[in-house]
Amino acid sequence: MTKRENNRLGSPQELEALRDSIIKARDPNQLCIVVCGGTGCLALGAQEVITAFEQEIEKGGLKNKLALRITGCPGFCERGPLVVIKPENVLYQQVKSEDAAEIVSATVKGNIVDRLLYTDPDTGQKITYEHEVPFYKKQKRLLLGDNSNIDPTEIRDYLALGGYAALSKVLFKMSPEEIIAEVKKSGLRGRGGGGFPAGIKWETCRKAQGEKHYVICNCDEGDPGAFMDRSLMEGNPHSVLEGMLIGAYAIGGHDGYIYVRNEYPLAVKNAQIAIEQAEKLGLLGKNILGSGFDFSVRISRGGGAFVCGESTALMASLEGKVGEPRAKYVHTVEKGLWEQPTNLNNVETWANVPLIIKNGADWYAKVGTEGSKGTKIFSLVGKINNTGLVEVPMGITLREIIYDIGGGIPGDKKFKAVQTGGPSGGCIPESSLDLPVDFDQLTKVGSMMGSGGMIVMDENSCMVDIAKYFINFLEGESCGKCVPCREGLKRMSQILTDITEGKGKEGDIELLERLSAAIMDSSLCALGSTAPNPVLTTIRYFRDEYEAHIKDKRCPAGVCKELVTYLIDEEKCPGCGLCVKACPVEAITFMGKKKPVVLDQEKCIKCGACYDVCNLDAVIRK
Amino acid sequence: MVTLTIDGRKVQAEEGTTILEAARENNIYIPALCYHEEVTPYGACRLCLVEVTRNGRERLVASCLYEVAEGLKVKTDSERIASNRKMIMELLLARCPNNKAIQDLARQLGVEKTSFKLDDNQCMLCALCVRVCQEVVGVSAISLVNRGVDRALATPFYEPSDVCIGCGSCAYVCPTGAIGFEDIGNTRYIRWPNNKMEFKLKQCKTCGNYWAPEKQLEYIIKRANLSPDAFDNCPDCRE
Repeated sequence: MTKRENNRLGSPQELEALRDSIIKARDPNQLCIVVCGGTGCLALGAQEVITAFEQEIEKGGLKNKLALRITGCPGFCERGPLVVIKPENVLYQQVKSEDAAEIVSATVKGNIVDRLLYTDPDTGQKITYEHEVPFYKKQKRLLLGDNSNIDPTEIRDYLALGGYAALSKVLFKMSPEEIIAEVKKSGLRGRGGGGFPAGIKWETCRKAQGEKHYVICNCDEGDPGAFMDRSLMEGNPHSVLEGMLIGAYAIGGHDGYIYVRNEYPLAVKNAQIAIEQAEKLGLLGKNILGSGFDFSVRISRGGGAFVCGESTALMASLEGKVGEPRAKYVHTVEKGLWEQPTNLNNVETWANVPLIIKNGADWYAKVGTEGSKGTKIFSLVGKINNTGLVEVPMGITLREIIYDIGGGIPGDKKFKAVQTGGPSGGCIPESSLDLPVDFDQLTKVGSMMGSGGMIVMDENSCMVDIAKYFINFLEGESCGKCVPCREGLKRMSQILTDITEGKGKEGDIELLERLSAAIMDSSLCALGSTAPNPVLTTIRYFRDEYEAHIKDKRCPAGVCKELVTYLIDEEKCPGCGLCVKACPVEAITFMGKKKPVVLDQEKCIKCGACYDVCNLDAVIRK
Repeated sequence: MVTLTIDGRKVQAEEGTTILEAARENNIYIPALCYHEEVTPYGACRLCLVEVTRNGRERLVASCLYEVAEGLKVKTDSERIASNRKMIMELLLARCPNNKAIQDLARQLGVEKTSFKLDDNQCMLCALCVRVCQEVVGVSAISLVNRGVDRALATPFYEPSDVCIGCGSCAYVCPTGAIGFEDIGNTRYIRWPNNKMEFKLKQCKTCGNYWAPEKQLEYIIKRANLSPDAFDNCPDCRE
């Protein structure tokens, strides 16, 4: 055997040998401080925490005793910056750089820093280990689970966990048809929004005639408040690459693209590093693992247009054209990128593929419901205690996600609705909270799975205002090509604005319904055909709120400024002056101790600061 | 050739043609504002929506883009189609309430007034001018700029275009007359909704009339490899 000139792996045996050597060199009992370096924790100051740990370890000469790993997002963003001590998985939350010294010294002594542990809000008990925290207990983290075991800039971490074994399996033990059959059997459906069966898509693409077959990973996640794809790409880019490799081999493609929005700099960076490292080891490029199969991946950065999540618009953008969709009467699997057969799947779909190949379709299909298999990652945001990323088995109820995992609504407020499926999803009311979450059930109640955004609203949310917010977002993101979407959303936004400003007219609800029906039926792409969902579902479930705005000129939630008046209850007001200080426009005058304050309606901007600050219910909102 | 049924009528059409083309070929009327036989179909106005039944599934498609197929059943009018077209016309009427072409088509489709607030545009962004400029003339002097509700027709950065030859094809093809076009003396004026340009006209050596933009003639000479004096005389004075 001739010695290779570089580190390229020339066979599956060499891959396994490398894996063995990595695992053997690692001590499973090695103490390791894991710090989340995902975008959420970085925004909360994780970089300072990381630097502090580095200094402490250096200072104490502890390099051999205590490892430090910077990872992607484990999900519990609400409590970041997050630190986990391996191998026991002690979870420290809201860690600050000042805490580093104490954590380091306690860890080497085998102690635990009690004050940084998570406190169960129900029992008041401190919880030591990550897996015992209620937020994680009901989750099934097939995809996200490895995030805290992997430094995304280190391919050896992925290899140590069995990475690229599925690739090796397909290249040497499976035919493309067998792979497609396995993916079909697994029941995997596209996670980008449409929920189209991945295996069928691959099969059609494989059969399509063309000079070249392209493979694309859609990482153009643009829903407000959604960050599932970003976190996967940041935290475990190799799982996405391995999925793309398997898909490429199955459809007969040799060229791949990751289309990722430029607003995701860390995802771009980690994906780039992952590609380079995989290329160096011969897991990407020519003659992968000596199999004769070639596949290369390039990154294409998008400008952040929501419509570029739409496959045809994405491909136009990738070609260097304006990101506008075209009609899909000829599917992109037949004529996509540069008119060639193109298989596009979303980040999360690709990340599922190695799991299916490694463990088998039967294993995969055990999780989930009849029509929706596997897990789904949601970004749980809005009026919820535990903001973060949750990965749950399909079929779990909304109630379990919101209350058991999400910890319910802050401040003991009442739940009002949850919006699933991103801006063009629908608002689901309390009566549907026991709905099992899967592709078909969400569609039944007028919403959709979308890519997995989940925004919780409480009693203080005005549903007309919420609908207006989403329509305004979509109006701004519509490409403007077709009349119903461009002109229709503009009119929808005008009507909703009028309603929230007390200028709603009799018949506006019916007009919104009529307009919605036409936009959905006649728009060119999925952006338009789903855009009216927030309006239709809020009308369907919260029609009384619309009517209160239109007929009584009243906003029941007290959100719409033009419809709200603040008054001082003279009986209750002791003249403490808290509201006087809180008012940003000096509309409230202090009249002396024990005398009620006076609110000048002319000056009042209805911000509600006085209402929020008054402890004695002396400010009335009408 | 394939055989399809449009509104119950058996119709033959060449493979690769669209439903709209097949319908027009057979004198079956389907309304459309952004369609023109000389340029690539665009599918933006959505007025040409028809219902097709294939494999037992009925759906609404843009007939300017959907290709004919053997046994395809097409309905060019139905309650569903009509209500969509009416809403689209209401939206266009709100955008261009003072435009004659839009008013006429609206009336023809049964829409007398719009339920929405009135703007005052002449252009409804069908991009026919843009496509003709690119595909027929071959200069791409104008395009649709910005996104969504801010979409507008303009030259790059709203500045006078270096490549525009002043041919006026954009004005000629515009279905709503939104582009102004006028020759006064030795100057041609083209007024797009958001900016305008002037072009020097060439004078005929024989009769002295000003007859075509110099830039356009230079462009044709270059493209067709003609002699530089090919257009010294106007068509009337040429031998």
